[in-house]
Amino acid sequence: MRAVRRFGAEAVALAAATVIFLVPFAFMLLTAVKNEKQATDLDFSWPTEWRIVQNFTEVIEARDFVLLRAYLNSTILTVVSVALIVVFAAMAAFVLQRRAGRIGSVANFLVLSGLIIPPAIVPTIWLLQALGLFKTMPGLILVEVAFGLSYAVLLFRAFIAAIPRELDEAAMIDGCGGMRLFFRVIFPLLRPVTITVILTSAVAIFNDFVNPLYFLPGDDNATVQVTLYNFQSQYNTQWNLLFMDIVLITIPPLLLFVFFNRKIVAGMTAGAIKG
Amino acid sequence: MTKQHAGPRTGPGVVPGKRHARARADGRPRSAYPYALYLPAAVVYLVIFLVPTVMAFYFALTRWTLFDSTFVGLQNFRDFLAEQNLRIGFQNTLVYAVVTSGLKVVLGLLLGVLLTSKLRLRGFLRSVVFFPVLVSTVAVGITFSVLLKPDTGLVNQALGLVGIDGRDWLGDATTALLSVALVDVWKGVGIATVIYIAGILSIPQDYYQAVAVDGGNAWHRFRHVTLPLSWPATYSVIILSFIGGLRTFDLIWTMTRGGPGFTSDTIASIIYKQYQAGFYGLSTAGNVLLFLVVTAIVVPLNYFLGKRQAAL
Repeated sequence: MRAVRRFGAEAVALAAATVIFLVPFAFMLLTAVKNEKQATDLDFSWPTEWRIVQNFTEVIEARDFVLLRAYLNSTILTVVSVALIVVFAAMAAFVLQRRAGRIGSVANFLVLSGLIIPPAIVPTIWLLQALGLFKTMPGLILVEVAFGLSYAVLLFRAFIAAIPRELDEAAMIDGCGGMRLFFRVIFPLLRPVTITVILTSAVAIFNDFVNPLYFLPGDDNATVQVTLYNFQSQYNTQWNLLFMDIVLITIPPLLLFVFFNRKIVAGMTAGAIKG
Repeated sequence: MTKQHAGPRTGPGVVPGKRHARARADGRPRSAYPYALYLPAAVVYLVIFLVPTVMAFYFALTRWTLFDSTFVGLQNFRDFLAEQNLRIGFQNTLVYAVVTSGLKVVLGLLLGVLLTSKLRLRGFLRSVVFFPVLVSTVAVGITFSVLLKPDTGLVNQALGLVGIDGRDWLGDATTALLSVALVDVWKGVGIATVIYIAGILSIPQDYYQAVAVDGGNAWHRFRHVTLPLSWPATYSVIILSFIGGLRTFDLIWTMTRGGPGFTSDTIASIIYKQYQAGFYGLSTAGNVLLFLVVTAIVVPLNYFLGKRQAAL
């Protein structure tokens, strides 16, 4: 009897989760392969015609291959920003964890502020313009780095706390200065948390919509999220193409999820559970 | 590690090395942790984040074209509080933050308990619940605005099957904001769930055994062990989703653009609208107000919840 009830409860939970969490994805996929006429219905139905390849090529070729350029832009943005975040945050977190003092507490305060304070948009634009970086990729990269540093520092700091100081002392007796100690001894040891930081920041930056919208407007250097947003108004008669675009944009995070599920979850829960 | 090697190999290099390790002119030992390591992070953070944040307090008091600014005192703030379309943003932002974080706590805890029980498809369910966290907000927003359409939308068709008359969820002023908030919960409950899973798994088994010895049932286990001891997780979920909820922009913008009218505008979407309209001073005043709202809520909340956590 209990086994039956247990099985029933499982079935209900599974069914509910499937409906609530998977149906929207199924809807995306099905609409993406329909023909234009059927997709206009916007209902949840089996495609009468499977136009996987045609829709795919049509989306890619749309507006002079804007999607390919967007992919290139998003890749550059993500790779460069994440690389800078990793190096800068690891360096800062190392000193922050090892060296207490007034500068340390100021830095701690700034890290927490970075997590809480919403960025001031127009003053940032004003500043980027003064530096000649507004509407440029380097400008947007700096913005992503500045906004992404705090979280990465937290993750690195927690990990560095578990590395014994004896190691630093041994390296110093061997004549390592601070820089060499960090880059030759400590940084290689941070590999596990570095992977976590790379994954969480990469997902956040690739999916970021707000910052590209404000700091890198214009079609030439649009990122995939901005392109998708623009497609929304352009394609409101061609829903199949819009959803093909959505599917294409969802693939990179899906791949990361398939390969690194545990690492990503570890990164998102790290620091949250201290108790 | 390689103490034995280093001495002879470095030869003359030992002398500067030793000076590094031992003492400086002022007699204090030179730290192995030079402040120079802060430098790159500090420069980017200070220039791109901190300077604009501080300058916002000045520009919020001006009429501003990016090139020159005229000081107008508190006029922008007065506008913000006087105009109905702008004032509604406060209320909406608070409602949105409270609804999303409340539901994330409740549903996250339930899912966390469910997904730490001896369910056979636990791993699969965890993945299913977590995946939306990684999908782009714009994609989620577009998909759900289609699913929520009045006649053809899947949500209303499903409701129709059980005899409920759906409505135009996003086109109706009374439901637009709440509908977006529910989509936010759909997308974000995965983080709350994995935080709760981590919290529940860190509870020592002894407590559950103690309940079993006292003859407690599943409800007792939940009420007297899981619920109080997953408090650190609750604390994190509340803080994280409150910060996220108060700052929310992209989901609102892709689903309703603040509409119908201004009824689902949040402070963040008003900041964008005023920026687009060229009212840079007003937009910045919105930023300052958002800053004040976030700190006025999150800092005391953090203090209060942190104290409860310490007391436990």
